[in-house]
Amino acid sequence: MELSGAEIVVQALIDEGVEYIWGYPGGAVLHIYDALFQQKKIRHILVRHEQAATHAADGYARATGKPGVALVTSGPGATNAVTGIATAYMDSIPMVVLTGQVPTPFIGSDAFQEVDITGITRPCVKHNFLIKRVEDIAETMAKAFYIATTGRPGPVLIDIPKDVTDPNVRIPYEYPKKISMRSYKPVEKGHPKQIRKAVDLMVKAQRPVIYTGGGVILGDASEELRKLVEATDFPVTHTLMGLGAVPASDRRFLGMLGMHGTYEANMAMHESDLIVAIGARFDDRVTGKLASFCPQAKIIHVDVDPASISKNVKVDVPIVGQVKPVLRDMLKVLSERKTKPDAEALKKWWERIEGWRAVECLKYPPSDKVIKPQFAIEMLHKVTRRRDFYLTSDVGQHQMFAAQFYPFEKPRRWINSGGLGTMGFGLPAAMGVQQAFPKATVACVTGEASIQMCIQELATCSQYKLPLKIILLNNGYMGMVRQWQELFYEGRYSHSYVDALPDFAALAETYGHVGMTIEDPGDLEAAYKEAFAMKDRLVFMNVLVDPEENVYPMIEAGKGHHEMHMSPYLTAERELA
Amino acid sequence: MRHIISVLIENESGALARVAGLFAARGYNIESLTVAPTEDATLSRMTLVTKGDERVIEQIVKQLNKLIDVVKLLDLSEGPHIERELMMAKVKAEKGLREELKRLADIFRANIVDVTATSYTIELTGHGHKLDAFLEAVPEGAIIEVVRSGPLGIGRGAKGAGL
Repeated sequence: MELSGAEIVVQALIDEGVEYIWGYPGGAVLHIYDALFQQKKIRHILVRHEQAATHAADGYARATGKPGVALVTSGPGATNAVTGIATAYMDSIPMVVLTGQVPTPFIGSDAFQEVDITGITRPCVKHNFLIKRVEDIAETMAKAFYIATTGRPGPVLIDIPKDVTDPNVRIPYEYPKKISMRSYKPVEKGHPKQIRKAVDLMVKAQRPVIYTGGGVILGDASEELRKLVEATDFPVTHTLMGLGAVPASDRRFLGMLGMHGTYEANMAMHESDLIVAIGARFDDRVTGKLASFCPQAKIIHVDVDPASISKNVKVDVPIVGQVKPVLRDMLKVLSERKTKPDAEALKKWWERIEGWRAVECLKYPPSDKVIKPQFAIEMLHKVTRRRDFYLTSDVGQHQMFAAQFYPFEKPRRWINSGGLGTMGFGLPAAMGVQQAFPKATVACVTGEASIQMCIQELATCSQYKLPLKIILLNNGYMGMVRQWQELFYEGRYSHSYVDALPDFAALAETYGHVGMTIEDPGDLEAAYKEAFAMKDRLVFMNVLVDPEENVYPMIEAGKGHHEMHMSPYLTAERELA
Repeated sequence: MRHIISVLIENESGALARVAGLFAARGYNIESLTVAPTEDATLSRMTLVTKGDERVIEQIVKQLNKLIDVVKLLDLSEGPHIERELMMAKVKAEKGLREELKRLADIFRANIVDVTATSYTIELTGHGHKLDAFLEAVPEGAIIEVVRSGPLGIGRGAKGAGL
């Protein structure tokens, strides 16, 4: 079979089993778009801004576990995609991004729409390639997918100069069946000796905590984690990226930890004598002040990326390997042991934890006058809990409220930008999820600031009839910025007020969607029900919420887990009692 | 602590930029970096000298290993090894100083590789300390220009650090 470079690009995607690509055409990728036009296997989704192409591919990848693919042109097309690439990089999301490039003879000449995109993206991709010969396309594509999806996943960018895809140059095509690279050999299984050492510590532990992150979700190891939690009766906490690994309804789940984590999760970490960290990377939003992080604990760390181990916190038992096989081996070693985890000690430990839990740190002042954002999320859960439901979010207070108040029972259902914290992520990510699961209910919880960063995608949703449900918690502020300004800048709300807001409901309608505005707490449940009943329509719900509600508990940047600020409401209530 | 790290890396365009970029992005110290092809045309050898405490060095080694293009990496400082650096120094060699400079070059087993009426260019190979000592010994004000390669290193013994 003889194919042109452009056809090879498309055929390679087909051979990789790619169903969807998100993209935006332009001069340098015209040959590829022409090849796309002449086939029926891959569906191309035309976004309205290249940032959305990468976020949508990312959302698709997070929900399915399969690599997301985006295709953009050179220059501004490529630079617009960078935010989405960096977002995927920080959260280790498998993605392949194809960028057009000016023809090879023009590279380096400051040609029209030329930019050194491999140079620009080098620090925010797992790897990138610049293809210089048509003969190299097939192998490079195969390598890109292999690198993106194995080991610690991540985005891989392929820069393709226009002349390399010339329709008049045809060469024999064969897609590599297997890729082997001498310089890249991702680890699978953990070292048996290290796993035995870890189990030694686990059976001796008096006050253990299992702390897990996005790695358990990415590594499809939720089932193994649940078994480990059951086998040990250890308490378990998740990072923002790890939510859903263990069902939130499991009594051993302490909620999220870290800056806006629960009192019980953070106190358990602080008092623990053994931390079992699995697929988590000790991010500063999780650890707080490093010097006071888990002062009494020995630390076991399971991670596929050796560079994550002992990067921020010195680890006692490192285990490098894929989470799934490591947990399987750990469970096996544990079941063969005569000594089991110390039930007596665990009983005492659980009593202390239940004491912290009884504080009910997430309580908020109820109101029948104004919609509390927490209430809006709780109500969302009430209405959607029986559905096949995915929730994406943007970044800020609404993201934290969703993480705290929506109990996720399954992995890959909570889709948000954790590492980079990218405002504008939620809507395009939801498009990717809906595309992957057309029958599922996909909602995006957002803020009036975040949504405006990618609001143009309402047109894409219209074109492809994506029946998303957008829940805009509209408080008129960049809520998290305002919260920090209230707490740390004496209430000087410097540029955090979002003035000149559009009428969001009307705006949604001009894009052909259904718009709603909800102000009264009493109307919320009925509005949600009405919206979620509209199976074939995108419904944009502008929910006006309490403008100055804060997210609690909160650990100030640079403070330890035991130094949480609790909600003033909670403190006042306790004092009265 | 000073570490000398030897890296075998795919001879691809951008490979050097990946290493340099890594050091810049993560704020690691880089004292010197040399790179050249090896006996295998598809591979380059990079030798870099860096400084940092144990944790920083551990991270540097891990982050370098994480680069897709890095095939093999060895921290030479962990075992017995030989280090050499090449220096070329252009010095003022006017009447009255020429003899002294020639003697100095002999003492350091250096070669004078270029001569003009007023200057010598001296080539010298050795451990960095030796090169420093030579520069110290050159009469004050005589140095016109110094070019150094940065250190190269190789492990002692019969075993190679190739593929």
